[in-house]
Amino acid sequence: MDMEKSISIPSMEGYRIGTVESLRLLRETLIAGEQTTGKLVSVCCGSGCMSSGSEHVREAFAREIKEQELEDEITVKKTGCHGFCERGPNVIIGPQNIFYNSVTEEDVPEIISETLLEDRVVERLLYEDPVTGQKCLYENDIPFYKKQKRIVLKNCGIIDPTIIEDYIKVDGFRALAKVLSQMTPEGVIEEIKLSGLRGRGGAGFPTGIKWETARNAPGKEKYIICNGDEGDPGAFMDRSVMEGDPYSILEGMMIAGYAVGASQGIIYVRAEYPLAVHHLSTAIAQAADLGLLGRNIMGRGFDFEIKIVKGAGAFVCGEETALIASIEGRSGRPRPKPPFPAIQGLWGKPTVINNVETLVNVSRIALNGGEWYSKIGTATDTGTKIFSLVGKVRNVGLVEVEMGTTLREIIFDIGGGIPEGKRFKAVQTGGPSGGCIPEELLDLPVGYESLARAGSIMGSGGMLVMDESTCIVNIARYFLDFAQNESCGQCAPCRLGTKQMFKILQDITRGNGKPGDIEILLELSDAVKQASICGLGMTVPNPVVSTIRYFRKEYEEHIHEGRCRALVCRSLISYRIKDYRCKACMKCLTACPVGAIIGAKWQVHEIDQSKCIKCGTCMEVCPKRFNAVECVTGLMEGSGDKSE
Amino acid sequence: MISILQRVQEEFGYLPEAALSSVADFLKLPPSQVFSVATFYDRFYLTRRGDHLVSVCQGTACHVLGARSILETAENCLGIKTGQTTPDYKYSLQRVACLGSCALAPVVLVDDEVHSRMTVRKIKKLLTEDLD
Repeated sequence: MDMEKSISIPSMEGYRIGTVESLRLLRETLIAGEQTTGKLVSVCCGSGCMSSGSEHVREAFAREIKEQELEDEITVKKTGCHGFCERGPNVIIGPQNIFYNSVTEEDVPEIISETLLEDRVVERLLYEDPVTGQKCLYENDIPFYKKQKRIVLKNCGIIDPTIIEDYIKVDGFRALAKVLSQMTPEGVIEEIKLSGLRGRGGAGFPTGIKWETARNAPGKEKYIICNGDEGDPGAFMDRSVMEGDPYSILEGMMIAGYAVGASQGIIYVRAEYPLAVHHLSTAIAQAADLGLLGRNIMGRGFDFEIKIVKGAGAFVCGEETALIASIEGRSGRPRPKPPFPAIQGLWGKPTVINNVETLVNVSRIALNGGEWYSKIGTATDTGTKIFSLVGKVRNVGLVEVEMGTTLREIIFDIGGGIPEGKRFKAVQTGGPSGGCIPEELLDLPVGYESLARAGSIMGSGGMLVMDESTCIVNIARYFLDFAQNESCGQCAPCRLGTKQMFKILQDITRGNGKPGDIEILLELSDAVKQASICGLGMTVPNPVVSTIRYFRKEYEEHIHEGRCRALVCRSLISYRIKDYRCKACMKCLTACPVGAIIGAKWQVHEIDQSKCIKCGTCMEVCPKRFNAVECVTGLMEGSGDKSE
Repeated sequence: MISILQRVQEEFGYLPEAALSSVADFLKLPPSQVFSVATFYDRFYLTRRGDHLVSVCQGTACHVLGARSILETAENCLGIKTGQTTPDYKYSLQRVACLGSCALAPVVLVDDEVHSRMTVRKIKKLLTEDLD
């Protein structure tokens, strides 16, 4: 991939920011030089919208504008993720800031002629509230965005993540300038402590204390590592920030380096995020070109370099010590702590490892002050948190809210509630290390301790919403399957414990559960939790323990009645065609992906249970007026399906 | 060592045994250590991959929206099990923990192209018709 150079202003070629003052001058020059009509087309090019075709939309805009010779009047730019991936491709038209959803190439000429040239709105592309039917013009009117407080995501969707000038225009590197020219390293640490910032990777450790420990640790060589190994399935907030605002991360790392006394930074990015790697590399190259990375940054005698290390596909490498092992070229097996990385980390040197979100918060805090930050959120959990709201919820996407916002507000006010009139069942927070929270606890405010008390954790911010059609035992089994695969295998409790727990859960979902299984699961959970070396093992039992705590009845139904009320566990359900309703239309027969339906044009269809993979396609395609397919459970006669 | 292995895999498409031995020689390490690292990480392949890599995401959001069935349909269509390669070396099928495109679940990656909101029918169509 070509590195995109930051030469959007010809006079910038070879320009270097040598002092704090020249940064300010550059910012003012760039803002003053902005195109005066303000007519702007911002096309979201985060991974989500890209896979919905936003790149084509952007190209269509560029093409049309060129053909109509409007280049001097209208600018087209690409931006990072807005978070509302479900409605993509998303486009914002300036200067009015009108928010258009699900834009296609075909819509482009109309948007140009109507909105850009005539200041008229294209109604059908506006967001429509599914309940009230009301249309929203601006991003901030949309319920999804209204209750959000986008501090970390401030620049995502506004700047072009591959153009450093865009970042500079929105106060980019101003925090770094302030820190380098007005604050001492100890002063920075005090500011971070004052802010109350806690690690956003999941453990919630006070960032200020971590930095202080590293600063006080003996040694000249220290490291700052950005943990971009977002491995929690269902979490993609770090990805969006790395793609949409890589510069904020660089700035956060540099501030950390200054505070701690480190001159080397490493960003560890998982290999599954190629776009993030690309944008980060580009950002680093551009910053270095401008003199914002390297030696004597802004003439303040501060040296800092950043390099990128790619992961190779191991969830456990998100754990600090495993991550360090990975960078050192070894297998990612965690080691016991203490000693903590802040004292003895990469290559044995004091190392601060911070999550992506934490580092961006650092940039914001350094600019606005620790006190400003401490006033947001609650007393024990300051600031905001980004959650990736996924699953059975209307508005799937990234949500940044103040700590202390309730789960109900997030899921219903912002998320829009459960679609298709289904009933909320539970929300899983914290990914494979977290737990399920039932309906009666929906008014819980989000916070590290409040979620822990309910049997879950904050984790990286993954929030999976489940409805009545989700089987809770299946979810527990899913997480154990994941954990068992990703366990590094070095300590017996985790290696053997996860395997046994998974096997029991597998038996339960296959209709082979035995009385006493629940008790064994709880006993094993206790052992694994207490005796594992690292966070992976210690939290692996959480999904099991919390689902048993709140949904024990469902486990018992599986074991004693062979019933899966959500109609998910394949061995406990079967699809049947009601012969008195079947009109032999052949729709299901044709649609069946494994050819399990027997029948013909005038012959009532029948499902061959031995071939059926229980995908439900037949039920989906059967015309509503026939309603000939049903799914039943509780018959204790699974097809002996061992594929579960 | 990991970046060396990544580079080697870029060159060959996978990590042949001979290459691993060479890496061990180069780094002056016992081959067992190189094998240990190569087998630890999911994204290192020790057998030849097909021309096209089909990755079906099994992340949480995708799982809840039917990713299992999609993976099984893919197995059916290609005639191989997850983790294997077709005999003509055209396709390899693998599962991936999470691609981070959760809002568009279920997701399937074919080489670098992301296919979103997949269904059993769509994957069947994709693998039997469109890839040719």
